[in-house]
Amino acid sequence: MEIPYTVAERPDTGVNNVKLGIWLFLASEVMLFGGLFSTYVILRLGGTDWPLGSDILSVPIGTFNTAVLIGSSVTMVMAHASLKLNQFDQFKKYMGLTVVLALVFLAVKSYEYYDKLSHGDLPSATTFLAIYWTMTALHGLHIIGGVVVNGYFWGPGSKMFHTKPEMFANRVEAAGLYWHFVDLVWIFLFPVLYLL
Amino acid sequence: MSGSHDTEHHISAYKKVAGALAVLTVVTVLASYVEVGVALGIVLALIIASAKGSLVASVFMHLKDEKSLWLTGTLVLTVVFWFVLMLIPIMGRMDNIGTYKPLPNANAVPYVPH
Repeated sequence: MEIPYTVAERPDTGVNNVKLGIWLFLASEVMLFGGLFSTYVILRLGGTDWPLGSDILSVPIGTFNTAVLIGSSVTMVMAHASLKLNQFDQFKKYMGLTVVLALVFLAVKSYEYYDKLSHGDLPSATTFLAIYWTMTALHGLHIIGGVVVNGYFWGPGSKMFHTKPEMFANRVEAAGLYWHFVDLVWIFLFPVLYLL
Repeated sequence: MSGSHDTEHHISAYKKVAGALAVLTVVTVLASYVEVGVALGIVLALIIASAKGSLVASVFMHLKDEKSLWLTGTLVLTVVFWFVLMLIPIMGRMDNIGTYKPLPNANAVPYVPH
């Protein structure tokens, strides 16, 4: 059975179901991360003492990772634009780059975690470290999820371009919306944890 | 599906936003080294982060081109409940349940804490 409105706009909502579905999911994600940001504020206001993020975390490493993630968002929009322009080779190049940049982000994050673990800076050590580990690890899981989905669309999933190009472009757009959301969360996480 | 002319227009916008995000990332880091006090420092960092977030949402996530009332409604509700979440810490500090507060009654028996 054909799933309805994967490409065509649904007359009553004015968008296709793919886009409305991913936005509803992202709305729930905003609540998930919003709850944690709210927790951060409660912990910070309630603490008698709060460390400066830059005394505990490396700002150059955090800045590098921010640039990497923003770069991957740029390659993601270019991947989608390439599909719209019917340039499959360009799509493969940009989507591949998106996945590689996400892996670079994860590698750098793993190095940071390793550094923290080897100094005994576990989540149980301080309230700051507890919220740092919780928020960055949840964000890291989202990156891993993005790598899986984007990797699929770069590899085996891309065959759909040759049979249903519009449906495939919409899938990539939805994956892109998720990916930009993950980037957006980091745009707030970076100053909150590393700089303030 | 939008035409290739629209897509080329989008690509030029993506490039501009990419440049702006790079510049704003550097500005965030530099601003954190300026001695302005904790409160102003937080406000500055959040303003820059919000500017970056708005660029990502409006251009990369195509929100500036979305016309659907359903999408807009979803987003408006999300923003409203985001503010509710952010108000929780403030409400937590404002309530005084569990805190002794003397009533303006001259005949009241003086409260003696245990």
